[in-house]
Amino acid sequence: MKKNQTSLMDPVPLAGDRISAAGSAALAQRHGKPMGQRILENWQLYALLFIPVALTVIYKYIPMYGIQIAFRDFDPALGFTASRWVGWDWFTRFFKAPTFGRMIKNTILISVYGLLWSFPIPIVLSLIINQVRFAKFKRIVQTVLYAPHFISVMVICGMIKIFLSPTGGLLNLLLGTQIDFLTQSEAFRTIYIASGIWQDAGWGCIIYLATLANVDPGLYEAAKVDGASVFQRILNIDVPELLPMVILNLIMAAGGIMNVGFEKVWLLQTDLNKATSDVIAVYVYQQGIEQAKYSYSTAVGLFNTVINIVLLIIVNKVASKASDVEFV
Amino acid sequence: MNATAKKNHTGMSDKVSDVILVAILAVCLVIVAYPLYYVLIASVSDPYDVYAGKTFLLPSQFTLDGYKAVFADPDIVSGFLNSVKYTIIGTCFSVIMLYITAYPLAQKDLPGRKFISLFFVFTMYFGGGLIPTYLVVQKTGLIGNMWSLFLPGGVGVGNMIVVRNYFQNSIPHDLVEASEIDGCSKFRTFISVVIPLSMPILAVQAVFAMVAYWNDWFTAMIYLGGKGSPLPLVLRGILMKSSAAAEQTAMLDGGYAALQKQTELIKFCSMIVAAVPMLIAYPYVQKYFEKGFMAGAVKG
Repeated sequence: MKKNQTSLMDPVPLAGDRISAAGSAALAQRHGKPMGQRILENWQLYALLFIPVALTVIYKYIPMYGIQIAFRDFDPALGFTASRWVGWDWFTRFFKAPTFGRMIKNTILISVYGLLWSFPIPIVLSLIINQVRFAKFKRIVQTVLYAPHFISVMVICGMIKIFLSPTGGLLNLLLGTQIDFLTQSEAFRTIYIASGIWQDAGWGCIIYLATLANVDPGLYEAAKVDGASVFQRILNIDVPELLPMVILNLIMAAGGIMNVGFEKVWLLQTDLNKATSDVIAVYVYQQGIEQAKYSYSTAVGLFNTVINIVLLIIVNKVASKASDVEFV
Repeated sequence: MNATAKKNHTGMSDKVSDVILVAILAVCLVIVAYPLYYVLIASVSDPYDVYAGKTFLLPSQFTLDGYKAVFADPDIVSGFLNSVKYTIIGTCFSVIMLYITAYPLAQKDLPGRKFISLFFVFTMYFGGGLIPTYLVVQKTGLIGNMWSLFLPGGVGVGNMIVVRNYFQNSIPHDLVEASEIDGCSKFRTFISVVIPLSMPILAVQAVFAMVAYWNDWFTAMIYLGGKGSPLPLVLRGILMKSSAAAEQTAMLDGGYAALQKQTELIKFCSMIVAAVPMLIAYPYVQKYFEKGFMAGAVKG
């Protein structure tokens, strides 16, 4: 139980923390110095932390305190705490908004379909890359597959617009058609997800490839001697090695299911594909930045964040109950 | 007898599976590389030929007019220079932030270390959201100021944990102790022992930060208020414009058609100009990526 909680807060690196807690206790005993003296000895380290802590307080924690404007009618002149209290008004207004159901549905569907399609691909890809024996080819494949990750979403969306253009767009040229895909709401999810896979599937391999690099080569040799085919080696050696990392990643992904990125949706949204492209993140931006409805936008954003955190906790619990896998 | 047969069988199937694996990856390679290649070709071809589908494999009527126009466009040039400036300053800022946060937190005997770690990690899971953050940025007077791109980001906590774990696991503790026994202060040890020993992770983190700042436009869009736009934000005006007008006039002769033609060409060229710097940079640190990721994961 305790383990679950810690893995939620700090999924990967906590092992070090636990050990270090024991370690620091041991150190304190060994040195036998009082706390005050140890703090003084480390003043330079605290000095290093000063700016990062200050920036985090100002730009992360004060905005958290400012979330209360979701329950107030924010007036810039009065500030976060003095504006008029309105309780749940903004939330009720959001739930009654004509596009509320559509936005929730679109946000969840883009995420769920996105997860279903884009989650397995890096796993399969890395299993294949890992088994390829030609080092040079392997490196070229990795370099090329990583490349799109380093390109700005703006350029990616520019490419999408140009490739999908009804006249002279690459896809229409190849298909011999003249379809304006970006005006078709039924095509939006496919465009969003496929381009996401194109951009990040290769990048997603890194963590799996790094895990697979830990496999003892002797295991493969032994399996070969026993007559195991490549497919059997992947199934019996590589897959079990990857499983804990896969589950960990799945938890993180499931926790972010309400987090449909703003940038790509906003850039690709047209009036005609709104039926499927209207998502919460874009709404938060439009209401908040474009229309300056600060309180309302904050309430919508808070609603989204809370659902995300609840999801993360649920998924984390379910996953650790359903398997014996230890999350680090 | 049986054993040899088995061995032969394995040998055969290994060759077959080699071919299959390589073939699958070759297909992936083409799928990923071709769109980029196509943009590159289109950027040096005649836009009418691109429309007509004559540039699938090779450029048609090779021309550098598009690039000439891109580098003559004052908006694009200033966007490019702004991006270079933000990327250099932002990368230095981010890496320094990561290092000065990760190093103290990597000291196992630092009093309060756990609490301070939690203080940072909490911000990974919960935040004020778009508007409250915007209002604080506004209140601190950063709207329209370059520093609004860097300061509100503060410390990249995920990357900070990776760097911290690297300090803990990959830097020999004996060396740090030896330098402190030799009379170096904690700060001096950090500068002259720890930093030089952490070059691989420094390189990876610098490239990550570089890419993030080079490609960012959203922060610039909401905080800069239209002043000093970086390249991707300038591109938004160019790329997101509908090309319908260009298509309608594509058949016409004369100045207007020529102008549209250039607009289309500039789209391809400006995308190349925006993408190429990062595509050149990352292969240099590629061999450290796996290390960089694993430093954040299990060890000890």
